[in-house]
Amino acid sequence: MPTVSVKRDLLFQALGRTYTDEEFDELCFEFGLELDEITSEKEIISKEQGNVKAAGASDVVLYKIDVPANRYDLLCLEGLVRGLQVFKERIKAPVYKRVMPDGKIQKLIITEETAKIRPFAVAAVLRNIKFTKDRYDSFIELQEKLHQNICRKRALVAIGTHDLDTLSGPFTYTAKRPSDIKFKPLNKTKEYTACELMNIYKTDNHLKHYLHIIENKPLYPVIYDSNGVVLSMPPIINGDHSRITVNTRNIFIECTGTDFTKAKIVLDIIVTMFSEYCENQFTVEAAEVVFPNGKSHTFPELAYRKEMVRADLINKKVGIRETPENLAKLLTRMYLKSEVIGDGNQIEIEIPPTRADIIHACDIVEDAAIAYGYNNIQMTLPKTYTIANQFPLNKLTELLRHDMAAAGFTEALTFALCSQEDIADKLGVDISATKAVHISNPKTAEFQVARTTLLPGLLKTIAANRKMPLPLKLFEISDIVIKDSNTGAKNYRHLCAVYYNKNPGFEIIHGLLDRIMQLLDVPPGEDKGGYVIKASEGPAFFPGRCAEIFARGQSVGKLGVLHPDVITKFELTMPCSSLEINVGPFL
Amino acid sequence: MADGQVAELLLRRLEASDGGLDSAELAAELGMEHQAVVGAVKSLQALGEVIEAELRSTKHWELTAEGEEIAREGSHEARVFRSIPPEGLAQSELMRLPSGKVGFSKAMSNKWIRVDKSAADGPRVFRVVDSMEDEVQRRLQLVRGGQAEKLGEKERSELRKRKLLAEVTLKTYWVSKGSAFSTSISKQETELSPEMISSGHLHPLLKVRSQFRQIFLEMGFTEMPTDNFIESSFWNFDALFQPQQHPARDQHDTFFLRDPAEALQLPMDYVQRVKRTHSQGGYGSQGYKYNWKLDEARKNLLRTHTTSASARALYRLAQKKPFTPVKYFSIDRVFRNETLDATHLAEFHQIEGVVADHGLTLGHLMGVLREFFTKLGITQLRFKPAYNPYTEPSMEVFSYHQGLKKWVEVGNSGVFRPEMLLPMGLPENVSVIAWGLSLERPTMIKYGINNIRELVGHKVNLQMVYDSPLCRLDAEPRPPPTQEAA
Repeated sequence: MPTVSVKRDLLFQALGRTYTDEEFDELCFEFGLELDEITSEKEIISKEQGNVKAAGASDVVLYKIDVPANRYDLLCLEGLVRGLQVFKERIKAPVYKRVMPDGKIQKLIITEETAKIRPFAVAAVLRNIKFTKDRYDSFIELQEKLHQNICRKRALVAIGTHDLDTLSGPFTYTAKRPSDIKFKPLNKTKEYTACELMNIYKTDNHLKHYLHIIENKPLYPVIYDSNGVVLSMPPIINGDHSRITVNTRNIFIECTGTDFTKAKIVLDIIVTMFSEYCENQFTVEAAEVVFPNGKSHTFPELAYRKEMVRADLINKKVGIRETPENLAKLLTRMYLKSEVIGDGNQIEIEIPPTRADIIHACDIVEDAAIAYGYNNIQMTLPKTYTIANQFPLNKLTELLRHDMAAAGFTEALTFALCSQEDIADKLGVDISATKAVHISNPKTAEFQVARTTLLPGLLKTIAANRKMPLPLKLFEISDIVIKDSNTGAKNYRHLCAVYYNKNPGFEIIHGLLDRIMQLLDVPPGEDKGGYVIKASEGPAFFPGRCAEIFARGQSVGKLGVLHPDVITKFELTMPCSSLEINVGPFL
Repeated sequence: MADGQVAELLLRRLEASDGGLDSAELAAELGMEHQAVVGAVKSLQALGEVIEAELRSTKHWELTAEGEEIAREGSHEARVFRSIPPEGLAQSELMRLPSGKVGFSKAMSNKWIRVDKSAADGPRVFRVVDSMEDEVQRRLQLVRGGQAEKLGEKERSELRKRKLLAEVTLKTYWVSKGSAFSTSISKQETELSPEMISSGHLHPLLKVRSQFRQIFLEMGFTEMPTDNFIESSFWNFDALFQPQQHPARDQHDTFFLRDPAEALQLPMDYVQRVKRTHSQGGYGSQGYKYNWKLDEARKNLLRTHTTSASARALYRLAQKKPFTPVKYFSIDRVFRNETLDATHLAEFHQIEGVVADHGLTLGHLMGVLREFFTKLGITQLRFKPAYNPYTEPSMEVFSYHQGLKKWVEVGNSGVFRPEMLLPMGLPENVSVIAWGLSLERPTMIKYGINNIRELVGHKVNLQMVYDSPLCRLDAEPRPPPTQEAA
């Protein structure tokens, strides 16, 4: 969930009233936001870097507000204020307009070289904007929030904003060999080639995260103006020439990306949020984008869409009984201008360009419920009549667990993921023989594979509890995972038990097997689906002290005294016997 | 003599005594080990107010084994002196005597004897004095007679250095009658025996799991199969209408598989409907309008939630005609490739409840949640609008935490999106409500555990497992469980 940080006093000033922290927290809760933290720049710096560094920092109170991940229109102070003011019916939702310029329209021409790397671009102009320091900061911060969220760390969309008065159109969006791109980037004093820049930014804590997006591509995306000035090399960095400042009056915005829909949404969000500060409030100057196929499109789209939802559908989905008029009023409070039309049961809802999250009637139903107040909805129990059933494997597991404990064994709960070493080397088996599934992106060796046996987990549990009085008797009934040629991978429910003491206690483990078979109603002997054990061997077991367990006509597991090598590798010092069976065949 | 008999004897002596008695004295009188009397005192103390016992420690000097020998037979130096005849003794011969080495040097420094190194057949030892006083023996005999105090501090420490004396602390009990004194002891029936403690124990987290299963079963919910840790991206994400560029599908959040890397079997006609819904919309939806890729959906992973199992169960339900309402639940492991800390592990258990029926409302969801949480002993609930990719409306469930004096999140819930249900083939007027929470969080609060590693995994403290009480979620007054946002 993205967190937006706003200055409290600025927020209250824009809301036209003040709140206590509790009141504002309450308002957030009702609206689906969360007042996560009340802090200040000074507090943040002192927490992260100590009091000394924080000495000169501002102690203006900051509200950190958690915003739902799909509400891009609430990612800045401007949007939050507009959303809350409309919610509280203090203002009407503004109407955003795209206007044609008096003079020539700004043009962005996309060349076909971009197709393989970053094929889409959209653009718009904010004309006669008036920044203050706070507004300017908010403008930069919104771009950062969008980059981190909907833009998927600039992979899907990257935003560039430029001082239009320093440039001259038309603009060209193309892709070139890195060695052929040379410009002075933001915050640098001289020109570098793209190759040099990629090297420099490898140590830049902020920019290094974006390099991978284009790093290994033969051509890098780049935007030029008609004089060959570089506007930006998306998604990495803008040119210094067209940088915006608090005094910038006319802004050219370009969004490039690999996802056309998202690029359009991002552009819509930026211009709707900041056209508030234009001379003609909430108007945005159009820009023309010419695609490689010669077709030209005008942006931003700022599309208003109409949806029709029946009032009784909303009532039925939420569990309330409101008149269509009331429902329309509720929706209007959620920035969805609505009115009752037709037979008096139809509600026509206008979805503004800021609400890209509304893609289905269910999204409209939710907004009606939020405006109604979740906690005002009458709770009722559904009349759904059902008979409960347990999953048979879990039912058997539950029964067995209790009787294992009654037999004197204590239940362990170990991880399903482990290292290759745990299930292979330490048990004297080669990893290729384990049929284990392998994880491709483990952060540490603890998560290399899914376990193929419960034994390592139990032995590690004993190793961590060596100080406990002997004997240690542990069991676990849980799933292991085996690669399977049919389905890819399959879980098997295993039961494993270990006995750890000064003597190996094979007779105890064997006795436990007899007890388990008694509990499962499996008689001894090979006839009538009974069970037998047959001398066997395995690398994990002491030679001559291992047996394979057959039950109901199939091999179900092994028991025996563990090999000293296994005991040592798990950092144990006493003899140990174990038993592991597959529970599935006993269902 | 058995413990019980000693205790009885002690009680009878105590009854006859004047005010009380000393355990060491009693042991001496009875001619038995002091330890046996102490054992009797302790077992009587355990009965409550029968006796009062005050621990006293006294220090006294005791002879070591060597000290005893010297008190009996004289010091080494005296023994050496005595063994030398008037005509002297060869030094080599003297050294072979048991007391030779030690006695020789001491007797030399006492100037009782001398060595003539010029003798014909090697050095020879002669007496210097005719008689001597064996002070060491005398002092040790004093100590043995209980008169150690007659020795000076210096003399005692000299003997201690020679390891002939040792200072011993004796812990004795001064036993007197307690408020419930009686000479007849009734043995209690509820004594904890070693046999009782050596029985096996169930794991606390799984005890809580049993209780949650029980609650769902009481509410008529059927358990879904969840026995597949490995899942395809399709069932884990795509089927839930979670777009392919969603951050949860990032390598940083999810464990993907290298082998087997791809899911082989997917229900292809359903896959086509899912693809269309994502890329173009349909069923009344705008869709996400992006290029949906089958390769991405085939990628195998460790399931990040049990909602993948719910999706499979609902898909199976949709194939059965006519539709029958269901209530489902599951509790099983899920996996996240996250940063680990005191409350987050790479794997944890998710609890999930699902109800599918005609005409279910948000009010129904809240009603079911109220019943569910009441069974957990949580009655003060509040609902906050939230965003989940596959539910709409969505609501986070908060409960008032008495200890923290604030509302804390205890679960997440919502109504499954039509874009998830309709491609499965469920009828249009069927709604599916669902909620989820983690099993670890309420368990940690219930059993007062701060570090999740002490609860789950091999680093568990077995003593904690042995000692953990029964799990009765609704029984005792306690702070409600909280849950971090997933």
